[in-house]
Amino acid sequence: MTEELDAGLVGRQIAESGMLGEPAPDRHEVGAARRRKEDARLVTGRTHWTDNHQLPGMLHVAFLRSPMAHARIVSVDTSAARGLPGVVAAFSGHDLAAEQGGLPCAWPVTEDIVLPEHPPMAVDMVRYPGEAVACVVATDRYRAADALEAIEIDYEPLPAVLDMTAALREDSAKVHEAGNRAYTWKYAEGDIDAAFRDAPVLIERTYVQQRLIPSAMEPRAVVAQSEGDHFTLYSATQIPHILRIMLAQVTGIPEHRLRVVAPDVGGGFGSKLQVTAEEVLVLLLARRLGKPVKWTESRSEGNLTVHHGRDQLQRVALAADADGRLRGLRVDLLADMGAYLMLVTPGIPILGAFMYNGIYKMDAYDFTCTGVFTTKMPTDAYRGAGRPEATFAIERLMDELAAELSLDPIEVRRRNWITHEEFPYTTIAGLTYDSGNYEAATEKALALFGYDKLRAEQSDRRDRRDPVQLGIGVSTYTEMCGLAPSRVLGSLSYGAGGWEHASVRMLPTGKVEVITGVSPHGQGHETAWSQIVADALGVPFEDISVLHGDTAISHKGMDTYGSRSLAVGGIAVVRACDKVKEKARHIAAHLLEASADDIEFDGGTFRVRGTDSGRTIQEVALAAFAAHDLPEGVEASLDSDATFDPENFSYPHGTHLCAVEVDTETGATKIRSYVAVDDIGKVVNPLIVAGQVHGGLAQGIAQALYEEAVYDAEGNLLTTTMADYLLPSAADLPEFVTDRTETPATSNPLGVKGVGEAGTIASTPAVVNAIVDALRPYGVHDVPMPCTPERIWRAVQGATS
Amino acid sequence: MIPAPFDYVRPSSLEEAVSALADAGEDAKVLSGGQSLLPLLRLRLAYPSVLVDIGRLPELRGIRDEDGHVLIGAATTHDEVLRSPIVHAECPLVALATATVADPAVRHRGTFGGSLAHGDPAGDLPAVAVALDMEFVVHSPSGERVVAARDFFLDYLETALGPGEVLAAVRVPKLGEGWGFHYEKFHRTAQAWATVGVAAAVRVSGGAGGGPRRVEEARVALTNMGPTPVRATQVEAACAGVELNGSATGYAAATPNGAGPGAGLDTRNGCGPGGGHSALREASAAAAEGTSPPADLHGSPEYRRHLARVLTHRALLSATTPA
Amino acid sequence: MARITVTVDGVTYEEEVEPRLLLVHLLRDRLGKTGTPIGCDTSNCGACTVMLDGTSVKSCSVLAVQADGCDVLTIEGLAEGDRWHPLQRAFHEEHALQCGYCTPGMIMAALDLLRDDPDPSDEAIRHGLEGNLCRCTGYSNIVRAVRRGAQTMSGDAEAVRGR
Repeated sequence: MTEELDAGLVGRQIAESGMLGEPAPDRHEVGAARRRKEDARLVTGRTHWTDNHQLPGMLHVAFLRSPMAHARIVSVDTSAARGLPGVVAAFSGHDLAAEQGGLPCAWPVTEDIVLPEHPPMAVDMVRYPGEAVACVVATDRYRAADALEAIEIDYEPLPAVLDMTAALREDSAKVHEAGNRAYTWKYAEGDIDAAFRDAPVLIERTYVQQRLIPSAMEPRAVVAQSEGDHFTLYSATQIPHILRIMLAQVTGIPEHRLRVVAPDVGGGFGSKLQVTAEEVLVLLLARRLGKPVKWTESRSEGNLTVHHGRDQLQRVALAADADGRLRGLRVDLLADMGAYLMLVTPGIPILGAFMYNGIYKMDAYDFTCTGVFTTKMPTDAYRGAGRPEATFAIERLMDELAAELSLDPIEVRRRNWITHEEFPYTTIAGLTYDSGNYEAATEKALALFGYDKLRAEQSDRRDRRDPVQLGIGVSTYTEMCGLAPSRVLGSLSYGAGGWEHASVRMLPTGKVEVITGVSPHGQGHETAWSQIVADALGVPFEDISVLHGDTAISHKGMDTYGSRSLAVGGIAVVRACDKVKEKARHIAAHLLEASADDIEFDGGTFRVRGTDSGRTIQEVALAAFAAHDLPEGVEASLDSDATFDPENFSYPHGTHLCAVEVDTETGATKIRSYVAVDDIGKVVNPLIVAGQVHGGLAQGIAQALYEEAVYDAEGNLLTTTMADYLLPSAADLPEFVTDRTETPATSNPLGVKGVGEAGTIASTPAVVNAIVDALRPYGVHDVPMPCTPERIWRAVQGATS
Repeated sequence: MIPAPFDYVRPSSLEEAVSALADAGEDAKVLSGGQSLLPLLRLRLAYPSVLVDIGRLPELRGIRDEDGHVLIGAATTHDEVLRSPIVHAECPLVALATATVADPAVRHRGTFGGSLAHGDPAGDLPAVAVALDMEFVVHSPSGERVVAARDFFLDYLETALGPGEVLAAVRVPKLGEGWGFHYEKFHRTAQAWATVGVAAAVRVSGGAGGGPRRVEEARVALTNMGPTPVRATQVEAACAGVELNGSATGYAAATPNGAGPGAGLDTRNGCGPGGGHSALREASAAAAEGTSPPADLHGSPEYRRHLARVLTHRALLSATTPA
Repeated sequence: MARITVTVDGVTYEEEVEPRLLLVHLLRDRLGKTGTPIGCDTSNCGACTVMLDGTSVKSCSVLAVQADGCDVLTIEGLAEGDRWHPLQRAFHEEHALQCGYCTPGMIMAALDLLRDDPDPSDEAIRHGLEGNLCRCTGYSNIVRAVRRGAQTMSGDAEAVRGR
């Protein structure tokens, strides 16, 4: 067919050289367990981490960090540091005050929220331990580290503010002049007083969502470089696009002269969804010194100063009828903001506000959240961001309700959940769940788990008074993801929209470049987007490259968080493909001398309906490149841009079952088996999906059992290293059994929902429910997280003594 | 992340090492495998002026079967200890505890002598040293001296090694026939230090032809129950003469947590309430006597005392279970 | 300063180093071996694991001067041209990596494990890798990959040595 194509000399050369791509073999890529394209560089060490950058003349910055939780800075003397070998400059916060601006908060959730100035480097006050108070720029990182020790700082210590309840009292020391209450946000629906009045069953509990350290394996790193009045910033970030806009605002560098690149990024889990002090300062230093500047954090620095997650005090009350039917739910939250409001700090608990009702129907719901300032590292997004906390509370309460009524925890859920015939269903929290089938996921999970058999073993162990008790934990979760419909974000006072962008470029040789506005850091977008495009355009998987994470290439986007990449960004890719196909159809019609209405597209070839006459999409791309013979009004080249703004969130759901053995003598727990059946709608790549679920489970289980950021009474962080902040290794986690049910989302053409956070959201309550279930014969109703051996032992002691 | 500057000397003999250390003065430190020292340097929790690297000295490496004891060179790596047939045959408790030290990569560099000379009561080997009455062969410019394990550990991270002294080797006494061993380590994750550990060596007589088995002698020492490893002498005394009934179950040794999937929780079910061996349980009740356990993120003193009792009982059960 | 000679991935280097220079910084900053990353400062995470004279070590906890005269194998020296080592293939096949930051260390630790135990049980794999943390995968697929790698490498002495 190609010979007939008038594509000029270059076109003929392309065609004859065999470079021109051919249609894909007849197979469906979407749904296939494709091995990842990303792996080739990652398994061979040919990676592109930010810290790998070595630029000519590059300088290294090290930050001196406050050893105090709360203090007035009396004086900073950097003069001795300046004189040391290899030291190029040393600065205090005062030195940078005029140009450093303030770190942004993009989510002021209420009109009257307290938004304190947040200097990237502390000037007069430090408000959390680890806050940068000075820096040294030197010719290498060793000399920069040495010179920090020559800086002298006088502090006037102030009282640490650590406990949220105490912080709200009148007599508390103040973190900020305006007081320690950042905001109070409320939501109410239904007659809550009626629901609680004379309720036959009332369950009131207080749960603590402990403070977590996200602990992405790659520590943060930033490299900034100036080229005249243009700047490039490399950062281990999840959000190159948002970061560029924010850095422009903070530093005054015009947006068009600032390029932000997120190269290979080693995990984020929300922790790299931030505009950090270090990003601002490294950029300012590169501007001031006219040299490339690099900063790479150490783990102990990161544990102090990468934003933390969770840290909420949940006071919850559930009213139910005698048969277990839910009447109403009251939630009163205190959310620890830390010392400042960072990018989306105040909004995190509000994301949870819509999830406390879970998958259940009820008459009334009342939610209040108060954000509280303390002298700790600010909190912000961590995997799940608000939804794990909400899910934990409701799923713990459902187990408590079951225990109260001596019902099986599955049964009490059945009596309350939205049945599959009831979708779409508008919940008490005002969301419209578009689809789901809780019955199906639960049935599948029960079968895989061997629920009845484990219950029989549990009963046997109880009868034997076995010192090792067996507990079974249930979590029938849902979550809202695919963040987010722009109009909803607007109504919640969020600073931007939630759309996503993609563009698709057919190259002259018929190969495809896909540009995506989401910014992967381990998820596998290059592979999954290739699968989507391969099916949409009929081109081979191998002929597609996915470009991302560089604002000079991917010029617009909203980046990666909130399990949004596929359900928003993936749909933008589909739309961009649709536009390419539409344009190509017109060109093909012209080439085939047919009407566009008579052209059909199948398997990568445009054909005149009912004939053999056709053009492959690659041939059309070549013709569009040569542009020798295009239809009137059609522009040269075959590419497109598209954005997608969802009308609704997506709502993954599932049933997780966990069996734990609890050693009542030592308090040790061991996960005996874990079954996760998730319904994330249609699946693009089941291999990637399983991986996301596994990793999510590990983090959720780790919250239940191991992780906690601990500050001492003076406000010092005790868990600054991985020796103190316990992360599970392979030896600490079980093999997971994962499976799926598939109820397509109705809110997007792929029917996909999102899977990045589901495992984390579901698993924490499943594990804690299992531990409490094991200990019910001892009269135990709760074990605070993390459920350490000592806490379990104490729970048993407390209940039996 | 980045150590402060120091000088570095790599002597070619023990004699040179000792004199280099003497020359370098008080701020010098001995570098063996560096697996405890390097993290301290990187966090700038230590500022030595000179590191004297003894890691490659041939006379400090290797394991020899000598009359009455096994001699382990101080710079012998944990990995070499674990691969030694002599250790497995003559002092299996050393192998049992060494297998729980850190992780494989750390065991390739970390050394037997280094772990002991570091004097960390949360380390696994100091308790074994005091349980087995090891002898520490110490070199200094004034010659060689031998320090008994009970005199070696003075305080938290403080040993009898004076400035200018190098631990050259450790003599592990052979206990002879009839002994059983166990090291019971309780930690929150596989990587975590022991919350509490118990090293037990027990000599049992009898049992031939189904006859009664009797504890003749027990050695019990505790990890992380004070600033130094602690010998549980009251437990030892209470164990002597205990008659073991025949109902001991052959359970697999496994740590209570971090045991990995597949291994069920190990609480020696046969010995729970109503089971046998109540005499060993009673003997273990004194395990925490005289201890002063630390309070930290992994446990309060009260909890550690409780754990010491439970884990001592388990260690004794394991050590008295016929192979 | 000290002069050291070290062979990395088959190439011999002579370097003047400060005694305090960490092996991992020699590899990354001086020799450009950026395939080996750094994840912590307490030797907990294992991301920087390399083979030193044939056994796994955490290169953040070894001084460059301690590696004088030694042979270092990093993740970058594992493949021969485009031919990946069986463990690299297995990690790819089993989707045993997501962000990939822990992967170089994880593969080197797995290589060390299989040197000792060519046919490990799942439990032995999990314990053998306890010094290497991964925050993405939950380890299930890593265990599968090591099992698959073991099967492929069975009897292949070169692969077991890493070359």
